[in-house]
Amino acid sequence: MSGHTSIEPPQGAWPYQLKRSDGTGLYEPPVYEPKHPVLRWFESRLPLGGLVYSSVIAYPTPRNLNYWWTFGAILTFMLVAQIVTGVVLVMHYAATADGAFNSVEHIMRDVNFGWLIRYLHANGASMFFLAVYIHMFRGLYYGSYKAPREVLWILGVIIYLLMMATGFMGYVLPWGQMSFWAATVITNLFSAIPIVGEPIVTWLWGGYAVGEPTLQRFFSLHYLLPFVILGVVVLHIWALHVVGQNNPAGIEPRTEKDTVAFTPYATLKDLFFVAVFCIVWAWFVFYIPNYLGHPDNYIPANPGVTPTHIVPEWYYLPFYAILRSIPNKLLGVVALFSAIVVLAFVPWLDTSKVRSATYRPLYKQFFWIFVVVCVGLGWLGSKPPEGVYVVLARIFTAWYFIHFLIVLPLLGRLEKPRPLPNSISEAVLKKRSLASAAAVLLAAMVSIGGLLGMATRASAEESPEPPRQNWSFAGPFGKYDTAQLQRGFKIYREVCQTCHSLKLVPFQALGWAGGPAFSEEQVKAIAAEYKVKAEPNEQGEVEERPARPADYFPPPFPNDQAARAANGGALPPDMSVLAKARGFERGFPGFVFDIFTQYVEEGPDYIHGILTGYEDAPPGFKMPSPNSSYNKYFPGHAIGMPKPLSDGQVSYTDGTPETVDQYAKDIAAFLQWAAEPHLDARKRTGFQVLIFLVVLSVLLYFTKKKIWHEIEKPTEVAKGQDPRATTT
Amino acid sequence: MTTMSPAEPTRRDFLYIATAVVGGVGAAAALVPLIGQMNPDASTIAAGAPIEVDLAPITENQAIKVFWRSKPIYIWHRTKPEIEAAQNVDVAALPDPAPDSARVKEGHDQWLVVIGICTHLGCIPLAHEGDYGGFFCPCHGSQYDTAGRIRRGPAPANLALPPYAFISDTKIRIG
Repeated sequence: MSGHTSIEPPQGAWPYQLKRSDGTGLYEPPVYEPKHPVLRWFESRLPLGGLVYSSVIAYPTPRNLNYWWTFGAILTFMLVAQIVTGVVLVMHYAATADGAFNSVEHIMRDVNFGWLIRYLHANGASMFFLAVYIHMFRGLYYGSYKAPREVLWILGVIIYLLMMATGFMGYVLPWGQMSFWAATVITNLFSAIPIVGEPIVTWLWGGYAVGEPTLQRFFSLHYLLPFVILGVVVLHIWALHVVGQNNPAGIEPRTEKDTVAFTPYATLKDLFFVAVFCIVWAWFVFYIPNYLGHPDNYIPANPGVTPTHIVPEWYYLPFYAILRSIPNKLLGVVALFSAIVVLAFVPWLDTSKVRSATYRPLYKQFFWIFVVVCVGLGWLGSKPPEGVYVVLARIFTAWYFIHFLIVLPLLGRLEKPRPLPNSISEAVLKKRSLASAAAVLLAAMVSIGGLLGMATRASAEESPEPPRQNWSFAGPFGKYDTAQLQRGFKIYREVCQTCHSLKLVPFQALGWAGGPAFSEEQVKAIAAEYKVKAEPNEQGEVEERPARPADYFPPPFPNDQAARAANGGALPPDMSVLAKARGFERGFPGFVFDIFTQYVEEGPDYIHGILTGYEDAPPGFKMPSPNSSYNKYFPGHAIGMPKPLSDGQVSYTDGTPETVDQYAKDIAAFLQWAAEPHLDARKRTGFQVLIFLVVLSVLLYFTKKKIWHEIEKPTEVAKGQDPRATTT
Repeated sequence: MTTMSPAEPTRRDFLYIATAVVGGVGAAAALVPLIGQMNPDASTIAAGAPIEVDLAPITENQAIKVFWRSKPIYIWHRTKPEIEAAQNVDVAALPDPAPDSARVKEGHDQWLVVIGICTHLGCIPLAHEGDYGGFFCPCHGSQYDTAGRIRRGPAPANLALPPYAFISDTKIRIG
């Protein structure tokens, strides 16, 4: 038995040696033999075709790989997608403190398909991390790190570290509030290092604080690191092809019968799941593109104000929780980095000779406990560091390290593994239907989305949730109501613009399809009502001229100081992206349902709530300043803006009721359009893309099924089983 | 080991081809935004709107340069001799034959409005230079006359004319 159950690598040279199924010696995968003389000429000088053929066509893969093994291909696809969309974004992005935020908005508004490419990239990062976490947990579950795959695993840990650095620096580039303060907090981690900490942080910043030099170097490195990742991925895949893939049974393939050729078998399985994964990605990109982001990052970076509740992106939350759970600066940082570094030692910490958790009854349970601990740490990372959250975070942090440092070494000695199958062909494969795999993926999405939901809405405000309105632009087929946008624009012109700027919106946008849709002449006339600074004349004097459609709405005040002075010290925020920069806590379980119901209209609901939420202060409420007004929905209730709207204030010509409630709806819709002018096109394109992806997935599924059927049939028939029984 | 099932070859082939075609269409469609994003964006296009130029301050024999759509436009107030030189040319003998009347707006003979980009390789020719009293391109030596027509050198065509119209005797709109 021991010979059969050994997990020691087969002796001799890698790649592992397979016996032929008829027992007549070693199996040799077919080799590339070009027929055309030109190809032969080239091949004898540079055997590129042979490399490709042996690596991705003839390469034998274990035949029992399940869908969790497709995440390697998904990650490769996502890396390429991130590089392609990233290279495109760089063509339009400006890495300057003054220009970065606006250039991102320029991409969202002006660049052809810019909104699509940016949302693909921003949500692609989340998808990339989602895939890498599934990939890593799969490796932990099936013991893919064990001999001879230690180097393969460590290369993976290095890729993960590089991904974290890249993702962090990418998050800084939009130069919103979260960007800026994430950069500040993360770079300050290094200040924990004794003696050299402060000089290192100054060196990282290139200044006395995070600023333009920091932004520019992060931009440079954010462009560089993906190519470094690509290089390490090549090493990762190389190492994989040397030692061969692990598989759910955790035993090495012994004969040719245990394997199938990479192409078409693994390729089609991978392609099918890449397409399925793209459906999830597309759902986020086209329907809830800002769900995984934080509204505060649509507020330009302000070095003078820290957001009230600062959280990292969801994929860093577990480590953030570990950092905060240690009440000592240096030790907290050490714990944070140790939590990642410990992964590299797993091949030696796990002392069990058996790889797959399928045959390790105890480890299987500890694995799922560990998953819960990781998700729990993520949840705690999104919570304010106070009260019971701190206690829980400490327990979970302790368990995180106990799992690696105590459980893994001990289990190998204490656990009695179940008997291993003799070969992959004989392995009793746990039949995992496609539906259950999809369900698990969906569950992972929900829990991770949930984490983020908690992250973005974690601030404990006592303000009630503003009532939800019926927006024409909500849902998968949502569209702006042109008449409503025109009414909203009227309110902006007659009320809001006295104090609020709209400086990222050009007049020409008023004429775009899917907007207020004013005619070219109307846009010209509207623009001409505004005065902008002309180019200097020959005497060098700057005069004013009527605005043209290409100009932007001029701000009502020459600078922020003037705006504050005229508004009792409060700065009326710019309204260009206001609808995306505001939100409110949705709480559990609302934020989970939001993924599926596509409820992402917190911004307009909040704006409507604020405009209709003015009331007399309840008895006992103390106004902090005589300039403030009481507002039911404003966080803290004391708002600097006096009640701006009253019934009948703005006259409508189309018979729409002239009430505050209607005004609030119209201006909120207009501001949503100002923040997201290509929403109509986004949802329309999204529907087409989703239909396409579903069709492609179905076709790939049946193609895959057909091809696997052809290979499974002879074996299964030989074993006297129904050939369809194991077809996934 | 890959024993192909002989059953239903047609249906199977159809499935494979359909999958490949749908996948190919998707890949091609993905190229549309990736290529389209490099075309001029909405702000650039809007900034290319027509401009108006007041001709009154331009004295005789003076050539000014204005920018429209990021291109230098020469507006040259031609003198009588310059107009005559441009008109008294054997049009048929020119490398890119065009009478002077086709180079200016009728009734506004004194105003030459040309895009100041050499038709050779895009340099900006100097006004009032060269053997023909018109433009001389310092890059590769192309020479243009007082109507902006190519006379000598590697450039293949006359200086291009921008779309423009006289709003009044002293004001034009370019674009």
